[in-house]
Amino acid sequence: MNNNFVKNLSRNLRGGYTIWYRDIVRFRRDRVRALSSLAMPVVYLFTFGSGLAPAMAEMGGGNVDFKQFMFPGVLTMTILFTSVFSAVSIVWDREFGFLKEVMVAPVSRIAVALGKVAGGTTIALLQGIIILFLAPILNISLSIDQLIVLICMMMLLALMMTSLGILIAARQKSMEGFHMLINFVLLPMFFLSGAFFPLRGVPAWMYFLSNIDPVTYGVDPLRQISLSGLVPVESLHTIAIRPLIVNVYMMIGFTVIFLIPAVWLFGKQK
Amino acid sequence: MGSIVVDHLERKFGSAVAVDKISFTVEPGEIFGFLGPNGAGKTTTINMLCTLLKLTSGRAIVNNYDVVECQSDVRKSIGIIFQDASLDDKLTGLENLQFHNMLYGLSHSDFQQKSLDLVRIVDLEDRVHEVVQNYSGGMKRRLEIARGLLHDPKILFLDEPTLGLDPQTRRHIWQYLITLRDNRGVTMFMTTHYMEEAEHCDRIAIIDNGQIVGLDTPANLKSMLGGDIITVDTSDNKLSFNKMKGLTDVQTRYGPNNDLIIETKRGDQFIPEMLSLLSGSDNSNIELKSVSLRQPTLEDVFIKLTGHTIRDYDPGNKEKVRSGMRRWKGR
Repeated sequence: MNNNFVKNLSRNLRGGYTIWYRDIVRFRRDRVRALSSLAMPVVYLFTFGSGLAPAMAEMGGGNVDFKQFMFPGVLTMTILFTSVFSAVSIVWDREFGFLKEVMVAPVSRIAVALGKVAGGTTIALLQGIIILFLAPILNISLSIDQLIVLICMMMLLALMMTSLGILIAARQKSMEGFHMLINFVLLPMFFLSGAFFPLRGVPAWMYFLSNIDPVTYGVDPLRQISLSGLVPVESLHTIAIRPLIVNVYMMIGFTVIFLIPAVWLFGKQK
Repeated sequence: MGSIVVDHLERKFGSAVAVDKISFTVEPGEIFGFLGPNGAGKTTTINMLCTLLKLTSGRAIVNNYDVVECQSDVRKSIGIIFQDASLDDKLTGLENLQFHNMLYGLSHSDFQQKSLDLVRIVDLEDRVHEVVQNYSGGMKRRLEIARGLLHDPKILFLDEPTLGLDPQTRRHIWQYLITLRDNRGVTMFMTTHYMEEAEHCDRIAIIDNGQIVGLDTPANLKSMLGGDIITVDTSDNKLSFNKMKGLTDVQTRYGPNNDLIIETKRGDQFIPEMLSLLSGSDNSNIELKSVSLRQPTLEDVFIKLTGHTIRDYDPGNKEKVRSGMRRWKGR
């Protein structure tokens, strides 16, 4: 199989591109989805953010507004859910037959899986970029340099979570387990990541879980970058968890850990 | 060499045998039908021939390519219409075709003309710019046929292509298929459990419990039966059976509803003979409930070969295979 993938590289690249292209066409068509996915982050940001702001006034030495603190969390939320959902759409395609059309095409399944990863990553990134337009409302000003690094981090997060989504969906036959997935995997991953509250001083068990939670390594850099212009360096140090580069390595590591078995499982012939 | 050559093809799901070492050859340019009840192994066979499913043992050659060793070549040379629609219903008809064009790495410049020709054949030229969601079942199936032909496959695989369609649409689909065979020389391998449809095929393999129990043209299969078919139901079928079993040129057996099925050359002449025989002089009081005379159909062939009708089917092995498949799919 690996041999085949390389031998017919140009055809497989085109095949992967086709899978990616389909995701983009569908995303463009579905404007409602793009807009409605904005609703949840906005609601969280302005209800939680405004509601908890007084209680959180001491945070970061009193230099960080809680809404600003939550902004990267909301960004993470958007990317996390969009990535995983678009990857899991493979299960829909399988249930409604479209996947068969792809599976019998003369394109390696590795290419199909990678095309799907690229599609999910792109869409999640686009959704995340839409959220970035909320930054000015929250008085978060980002320089071009910050923006570029931020978008790179968002892309890594999207890639990692799409890979996880493909891993979950690779052998799934029906959408039955979908709510289980949201309630027992995605929500805990999201909440333990420190997206909505600082992880300093949390109980040890929670700190441990947050350390094995891949999303933690996505929230941290997003937060460091989006707050770096606003907060004095010493306050930022009380909020940041790890150096940027450690987060990057961790995200790359998790991506590899998810992607290899995902592609393998997806490509295995029954 | 045949378009499809299958040699002792076998597929097991766990311990259940879905396809039991079958062998057959499909000749170029023919419509070859696989007739059998649900769960007989038709879809499993088609999935193996299309490289979607591993073989347990045996060999299958499609367009001179081995389905295990040359998967990519097999895929390029075949078109497939699945039992369930496999279109993206958020895209338009034309986009679905375009997507197929890209996926198969076909030339972009030929696409316009080719897709136009194909949607004309299936009468969809007015609707191709509409989202597939709005299509009827028949339109979807037609679009799938057009899509399956886009890369000029030599063989078209059709898994129950008319399932769930109304009779009129079914007739139309058949017209398209026959036109395709005659004008483009496309070889077709199809599965069906509709007897009437199997009649359109050039040759039929009757499959039951994963085994081929008969393979020939519809006419030859029907000629296996001795001429006409008379179905008789009496108050004492056992006694009637005993009375008739000695007759020459007449074959009597029990039917699936415990009635009697009689095969004979001239049914119209035999009925009076039978009546006098049954009402005979031995005071056995056989009362005749019903008699019918007809030409043999493939249904009769099926009953003769398998001992049951294609509809009321003993779920024994079928269920075993299905639950085996389910368990195995869940892995």
